[in-house]
Amino acid sequence: MWKWLHPYAKGEATFRLLGAWLPWLSGLALILVSVGLVWGLFYAPPDYQQGDSYRIIFIHVPAAMFSMGAYTGMAIAALIALVWQIRTAEWAIAAIAPVGAVLTFVALFTGAVWGKPMWGTWWEWDARLTSELILLFLYIGVLALYYAFNDARTGAKAAAILSLVGVVNVPIIHFSVYWWNSLHQGATITKFSKPSMPPEMLIPLLISIAGFLFLTAALITQRLRNEILKQELHRPWAMQQLGVEANNGVQ
Amino acid sequence: MNNASTWRILKTLMRRDLAVALRRRSDVINPLLFVLIVVTLFPLAVGPGPDILGRIATGVIWVAALLSALLGSERLFRDDFLDGSLEQMVLLPAPLPALALGKIVVHWLLSGLPLVILAPLCALLLKLPFEAWGTLMLTLLVGTPMLSAMTAVGAALTVSLGRGGALLSLLLLPLFIPLLIFAAAAVESTLVGTSAYGQVVLLAGLMLLTLTLAPLAVAAAIRVSVN
Amino acid sequence: MAFNSWQEIIWMDGYGFYVWLSFGVSILAVGLLVVHGLLTRKTLARMAVQEQQRQQRLARRKQQERSRSKSTNDSTS
Repeated sequence: MWKWLHPYAKGEATFRLLGAWLPWLSGLALILVSVGLVWGLFYAPPDYQQGDSYRIIFIHVPAAMFSMGAYTGMAIAALIALVWQIRTAEWAIAAIAPVGAVLTFVALFTGAVWGKPMWGTWWEWDARLTSELILLFLYIGVLALYYAFNDARTGAKAAAILSLVGVVNVPIIHFSVYWWNSLHQGATITKFSKPSMPPEMLIPLLISIAGFLFLTAALITQRLRNEILKQELHRPWAMQQLGVEANNGVQ
Repeated sequence: MNNASTWRILKTLMRRDLAVALRRRSDVINPLLFVLIVVTLFPLAVGPGPDILGRIATGVIWVAALLSALLGSERLFRDDFLDGSLEQMVLLPAPLPALALGKIVVHWLLSGLPLVILAPLCALLLKLPFEAWGTLMLTLLVGTPMLSAMTAVGAALTVSLGRGGALLSLLLLPLFIPLLIFAAAAVESTLVGTSAYGQVVLLAGLMLLTLTLAPLAVAAAIRVSVN
Repeated sequence: MAFNSWQEIIWMDGYGFYVWLSFGVSILAVGLLVVHGLLTRKTLARMAVQEQQRQQRLARRKQQERSRSKSTNDSTS
């Protein structure tokens, strides 16, 4: 009886749990990101070297951090999906990958725009930008594989294997790109990283990082809820959630 | 199952794979011709001066090698999947990762090794200075097993799709980047007169890591694909 | 406040274009992701309606078959 009931209850329970979290996550994300960005844009003092252009850091650094964090999260979900065969973890891959890809794009774009005034070019083969670009390709690969199969279950498992292969490779790629960059380097490497940051800049940056953490979590939660509904659409509870009274042929 | 029978199954499987591949020689030869043609195109595109060609030679040869690995990847599992022998392989009383390693080795013998032998010709055409030929061949010798192993992972993941070509390159090429970087750097350091020892050892380490982990991923991917 | 006027905020010491471009595109990208999530939800609701109609059709047919078989049973007995 329980063995039969368990997998049916799981999707619904997860859906409700995520639904309870979502308002808190999105609320915190909205507040913290707004505070961090407004503070960083208007109240933080200009940098003595880069002037006001450094303000891009308040988006660039958090987005870069969680673009990589999301990949790690996706790989953990993939491991759970493969080892314990938990379907919610399979769906989590599909929920995390687009969010991670968008964060990677944001990090990439802000990095390139920041590079224009600093390096005088829209694209510089800087180690950080290059590894973000490769990360974007990895995300797109996982997404493409996930949706390539007619059978959703096969696609999810294949994508899970690919994300695990990817997560083994990410540190190697990261290291090799940094090493490659140090070989072909001009004098640009220290432009982004600073030895120390005064607290007037550091505090809004930390707030923004915390805000992006909640933003990432909220976005993933939203997409995971959608994914659960999509996969469980034929079940009465899912139809009720979508505002339709289920009629399961029960007289 | 004991080791002796696993070994026997593995040997049979590898001999069969070799025989099948050698009977369809065009599958083996075409990727090599592809490399040769790509190498020929570059002097026509950028001009035949040795100063440009010698500088880009390593990169061109390695990129051509990566692309030809993708080209020859269908051979790995496609036919076995279509005629059902892949399913039989899963059911064999031998660990699937070991069989996957056997497949990778056979694939390397027919794609990686010929490429190593072809490398001097490519180097000649691209006017790579002679002192770097040895390093180029060494990097290919150490790097192509990795290429075969990673290709096997991608091919096993996409084998049930049928139209996996473009998807496969999207999945695999980003993962080839460390290989490309270290191989090119090894040849580069020979060209400037320093030792390539460090890069080659690094490549060898990566190769061992890949050959250890890739068969596990291939086995998992085959199980997903045949079910 | 690091700025004294709106002009200064927009101008940003000459870097305004880059700063506002990167902030704008980033917010747009995340916004599009949110909107896409909401649209998916709407699509799902539409699919749920179709699913409901399908289930109702199935139920009706089953009922018809049941009543038909019942009536044939009645006539034969």
